[in-house]
Amino acid sequence: MAQMNMVQALNSAMDIMLQRDQRVVILGEDVGYFGGVFRCTEGLQRKYGEHRVLDTPIAEGGIVGAAIGMGVNGLKPVAEIQFADYIYPAFDQVVSELARLRYRTAGEFSAAVTIRTPCGGGIRGGQTHSQSPEAIFTHVSGIKVVMPSNPYDAKGLLISSIEDDDPVVFFEPKRIYNGPFDGDPHKPAVPWSSHPRGDVPEGYYTVPLGRAEVVRSGQELSILTYGTMVHVAQAAVRQAGVDAEIVDVRSMVPLDVDTLCESVCKTGRCVVVHEATRFSGFGAELVATVQEKCFWNLQAPIERVTGWDTPYPHAFEWEYFPGPARVAAALQRVMEAS
Amino acid sequence: MTQRSRLHVPHPPARPGDRPDFGYVRISPAGAVARPDITAAAADIEELATQLVRVLDDQQRAVGPWNPHLEASELQVGLRHMLLTRLFDDRMQRMQRQGRISFYIKSTGEEAVSVAQCMAVLPGDMLFPSYRNQGLYVVRGRSLTDLMCQCLSNTRDMCKGRQLPVMYQWAAGNIFSISGNLATQFPQAVGWAMAAAIKGEDRIASTWIGEGSSAEADFHHALTFAAVYRAPVILNVVNNQWAISTFQGFAGGERWTFAARGPGYGIPGIRVDGNDFLAVHAVSQWAAERARRSGGPTLIEHVTYRAAAHSTSDDPSRYRPKEDWASWPLGDPIDRLKRHLIGLGEWSQERHAALEKELEAHVTDCWKEAVKYGTLTEGPTLDPLGMFEDVFKQMPPHLLRQREELKALRAQQAADAARESTDGARVESVDDSTEESPVVSGQEPGREAQARSVAKEG
Repeated sequence: MAQMNMVQALNSAMDIMLQRDQRVVILGEDVGYFGGVFRCTEGLQRKYGEHRVLDTPIAEGGIVGAAIGMGVNGLKPVAEIQFADYIYPAFDQVVSELARLRYRTAGEFSAAVTIRTPCGGGIRGGQTHSQSPEAIFTHVSGIKVVMPSNPYDAKGLLISSIEDDDPVVFFEPKRIYNGPFDGDPHKPAVPWSSHPRGDVPEGYYTVPLGRAEVVRSGQELSILTYGTMVHVAQAAVRQAGVDAEIVDVRSMVPLDVDTLCESVCKTGRCVVVHEATRFSGFGAELVATVQEKCFWNLQAPIERVTGWDTPYPHAFEWEYFPGPARVAAALQRVMEAS
Repeated sequence: MTQRSRLHVPHPPARPGDRPDFGYVRISPAGAVARPDITAAAADIEELATQLVRVLDDQQRAVGPWNPHLEASELQVGLRHMLLTRLFDDRMQRMQRQGRISFYIKSTGEEAVSVAQCMAVLPGDMLFPSYRNQGLYVVRGRSLTDLMCQCLSNTRDMCKGRQLPVMYQWAAGNIFSISGNLATQFPQAVGWAMAAAIKGEDRIASTWIGEGSSAEADFHHALTFAAVYRAPVILNVVNNQWAISTFQGFAGGERWTFAARGPGYGIPGIRVDGNDFLAVHAVSQWAAERARRSGGPTLIEHVTYRAAAHSTSDDPSRYRPKEDWASWPLGDPIDRLKRHLIGLGEWSQERHAALEKELEAHVTDCWKEAVKYGTLTEGPTLDPLGMFEDVFKQMPPHLLRQREELKALRAQQAADAARESTDGARVESVDDSTEESPVVSGQEPGREAQARSVAKEG
């Protein structure tokens, strides 16, 4: 075991996969010589050479389109889109091509591309460095969508994603690259070394896609969440004094319906939390699923706590961010409802 | 022997620790490039795309057919604008380092690209800048206080706190909103110009991107539309050699020039010394005139050098030699124009020093004024409820509800805070509220990464 932050864990995952599988290549803007603007690919080009770790032109559509071509020709590309906010020029390649290639060719062609991209706010990045567009991708049939909440999962899930034969969009909540963040920007930063999930095996292991994890057991209420908000939910639970069960969704597509619904059926109450905007957010899918499977066990309406339905405003990021106060208030409302 | 294909990976000529090497920059002698008539067909003037239009020679004398023969007074204004742009940039960079603003992008070394072209077009022409064109605002006379208020996201911020610093806009000054995404403005400028032509106006549009973002599809959309409709637009590629850590070879500049992409679309391409105020002015005037007379678009490649970091989140010493800027063969645009004016007998070191002092004081005054309207960390502050405005022209019901929710939450928090403060000597939470550096400090992506990597190496 080693102490790793999320950046180091992701770096380790790519290092191991470059080592284990000659088909794996890394490509993206600034990922080679420089090691990535968040340092996730640091040292990899030096170690594996310029034909395995490629700096690219600034063209996200080109990055994903080329990754598809490489995938079709037998490689396993791991493409980095520097910020999730920059992924839209690649949208056609993701939606019309990457997601559907296997389907439209009846399995004759496919491309096992992993797209890594940092998402989320809380770093004063303004509207073009703070978005959480996961729901846009979960709405597209044919791509898997993942978001880890800690270094251990980040490494294990990234290895699973790279090994997977289907395309994966892998969201990295950049606010928790360096440490778990409970939603209070005024507290001193906490490093991952203080968190049990900062203990990461140095070697190969996987965390399977499609499995949620109960990160806190509880009896009174279930919180379904993922990414940075897993840590915010924990702070909110302490604040509200509710015996809540927190389920880290981890993998949005495929979704671990059993784990989610088992929890909600047990507690009878449910709050869904994500940082992305509310309207047609992934929370809507979670709420619908819970309603379908757990209706007769529910004792209160399900609540969602999310980012507001506005672009991420530079000056008001903490008013925008669904912090522990808003989550705690929702927990209390759901506990009081009957 | 069988030949196998080999992947080519571009390499910059020099990395940290190496001697700077700009041997790859093809430079024509000043005055050597012919100046065609503005009615020339694109196919007949292809060589403009590979030569380098220069007016100022090594002694900074104006020579050759592209000399725009500007009045000394106009050159002095240009010098003043460039100097003010640089001093403004320097100040804002320092303010970012002090934690007063969250982020900044300097245009150091590239001032002529914005200032000279903006002076060559008309005030009614519409400008679609990238995030390194603050000189446009200086030329068009937007007060620095206003720009600083935007960088501070304060109560007088033109963007109402919604945009990162530097992402200005100015409808009345005919300068379009800056996007944090790359190259999007390029086809938009073409569309604006098409509209001007549809409406029968003689206004033109001008737009700027970096050579790095010319790799984006939007660049190619813009050239196609501009060529097809012969839109009255100037398309500027600012080749400052670096796109964060990747040198211009990664945008396709290794084999051929960026200007040469124009002729491929049937658009004249002109490659110009971007640090030569007179040359930039001259080619801009040529392109503007051509556009205004239904000659259509021109693609201008400004050969310059990004003297500063990409942004305050970047550390260029990790990927290029520290002495690069000092070795750049096309010099410093401010220094060159200053020496040109001194050569004409229209300027002096003393006048320059006095101007610098005057502008420095002006920047200080503007900053003092700007912070009165608040900073990120000190009041007054904008009302956060304003974040719900302008998502739509009229606020739909779901946003009205969300605004009410935030309002109630804030009222609750204010009441709780008031109750706690009247509770007197409750000190149990002192540990939690340890004084920390300002909110922005250390939370900016690249800076964190930078600090980490520095720590690691150190």
